[in-house]
Amino acid sequence: MNADHLELSNVRVSFDGFAAVDGVSMTVLQGDLRFLIGPNGAGKTTLVDAITGLVPATGSAKFGRTELIGKKVHTIARLGIGRTFQTASVFEELTVLQNLDIAAGARRGPLTLLHRRTSVPAEVEETLETVGLSDLRDQQAGALAHGQKQWLEIGMLLVQNSRVLLLDEPVAGMSAEERAQTGELLRRVGAQRTVVVVEHDMDFMRSFATSVTVLHAGKVLSEGTVAQVQADPKVQEVYLGRTATEKALAAVAADRKPGEVGG
Amino acid sequence: MTALASRLKGNQGVLLGFVLGALALLVVAPAMLSDFRLSLFGRFICYAIVAVGIGLAWGRGGMLILGQGVFFGLGGYVMAMHLKLADAGPSGVPDFMRLYGSGQLPIWWEPFRSPVLTLLGVVLIPSLVAFGLGAAIFRRRVRGAYFAILSQALAAAFAILLIGQVATIGGFNGLNGFRSFFGYNLFDPVNKRMLFYIAAVTLLVLLLIVWQLYRSRYGELLVAVRDQEERVRFLGYDPASIKLVAYVLAAAMAGIAGALFVPIVGIISPANVGVVASITFLIGVAIGGRATLFGPVLGALAVAGAQTTLSESFPSFWSYFQGALFVLVVAFLPGGLSSLGLLLRSQRVGVRTGHIEPPSPAQRVDVGRPPPPEPLSGVRSRSEAGR
Repeated sequence: MNADHLELSNVRVSFDGFAAVDGVSMTVLQGDLRFLIGPNGAGKTTLVDAITGLVPATGSAKFGRTELIGKKVHTIARLGIGRTFQTASVFEELTVLQNLDIAAGARRGPLTLLHRRTSVPAEVEETLETVGLSDLRDQQAGALAHGQKQWLEIGMLLVQNSRVLLLDEPVAGMSAEERAQTGELLRRVGAQRTVVVVEHDMDFMRSFATSVTVLHAGKVLSEGTVAQVQADPKVQEVYLGRTATEKALAAVAADRKPGEVGG
Repeated sequence: MTALASRLKGNQGVLLGFVLGALALLVVAPAMLSDFRLSLFGRFICYAIVAVGIGLAWGRGGMLILGQGVFFGLGGYVMAMHLKLADAGPSGVPDFMRLYGSGQLPIWWEPFRSPVLTLLGVVLIPSLVAFGLGAAIFRRRVRGAYFAILSQALAAAFAILLIGQVATIGGFNGLNGFRSFFGYNLFDPVNKRMLFYIAAVTLLVLLLIVWQLYRSRYGELLVAVRDQEERVRFLGYDPASIKLVAYVLAAAMAGIAGALFVPIVGIISPANVGVVASITFLIGVAIGGRATLFGPVLGALAVAGAQTTLSESFPSFWSYFQGALFVLVVAFLPGGLSSLGLLLRSQRVGVRTGHIEPPSPAQRVDVGRPPPPEPLSGVRSRSEAGR
């Protein structure tokens, strides 16, 4: 088996006795573009929080052979687990280049921090190309369009050399065109990495997911390919069955404004 | 290329500022001012040195330090202890100890007989105390208003501690009546002028160091931590260490300023290190513009200058004026006076293009402001209060 994979077994997170994540087990392999879906409150974002060390959890989350649970946030990040957030969180006062440079720098020695940046590091140059922001490198990140901010965030994970990308609703609030571009970007970068996407957008999921895990009330409800999951009666009942037809659901997802959606 | 050109231009502006500052401090001021005024100006420069550190930690690092008097006092008392011992002669005991105490020198005074240990102590003791405090505070993710209150409480506690120690550290009167400074007679006007030059050069050197720091990757990182601390954590950095560096540097600068203050002013007492003194340090920085290089210095000098001028003519009027100025700046010019030019320029551009740019986050003042409500919607800010 490939060493680069994310393996969760029996992960639990509880807030004051309420089990937000209730014994989740799943395995994501390198090259997989795994979508994590589920109704609001299913525990999707909390699961990502648990893997990245933001909330205390029990159980086991292994990247290769390394246990992640119990480690500090910045240690986990250095091990190659990167994540984005529902609202793009780039450093608005700094330029695109500075954002990427900072992301690339966590492995640098403390003394190199005292120098000025004299040239653009190769991996930063490459990533600017990959995420399509080469022409905007000296732009302040705060002035970027919403979609561009999300791409910059993904770019920051790439220069950080993250092996696992955990993306929390990367296409929320994006135009159809931006969604398609984001999907292509994820396919490109996902081949060499392990990617988990938390998403509400069903069209986006159908277009780009290679596998899907459905969470409901903190538990894994169903797992498989898009077709398998859609055919699963349990999923239809708790998720798709809620709104009368799938079409209506897609329409709701498309209309949703960013920020309203919660994990 | 355009980026390089604008960078060069930016550098030229700063270098011009340095040249003008050096001329004003080292040539114009000594030529124009009487000995008394020059020594007064030297005292303002000590405040300006503290302001440079606060600008680094607050303006760039987002740590609202309301208790810089602690580190100012540590540096100042270390220097004062040495001067007292030097005046008392080898194996002598400072005068106040015979008056109020047993006439025995406490053991912890002994190291400060040595000039070398004193100079090291001036920098290292505030740095080490800041390191210990900062490590504990930042690890527990205490920030925003909670950090500000904590730092202010420390200043209050430090002043009370000093007041209680009459026999060993002079109590409420503090330490005063110094006659010499490393062998130089402090009553000699030439030596007083020399002290002014030392303070002025120290200020310029520290400004150069801070400027270099602002342009380094560390400077970018510090701004990133100020604006999005959680995000930086997820990039694999420990924000606690990044903030700690700025906090310790600010403390070291305050310590140096305190040490220069002692021979220039001739006294250090709990009144110079307490809450009121600490807040006065901060007001200059806020008024001048905390996130800029020269703003804190100019603000500190202006506030101290205004305080002296106004309280000479209207002794009871100053605190009202200071309060009003602070309120006005925070309400109408959150980036401080140094953002005035920027604001006017953007408005001129705005008139031409028909819109006015909103102030950028750096220009917002966060006096006791808690961190942005929720920087990342996925992040639950744990233990805002440090649990």
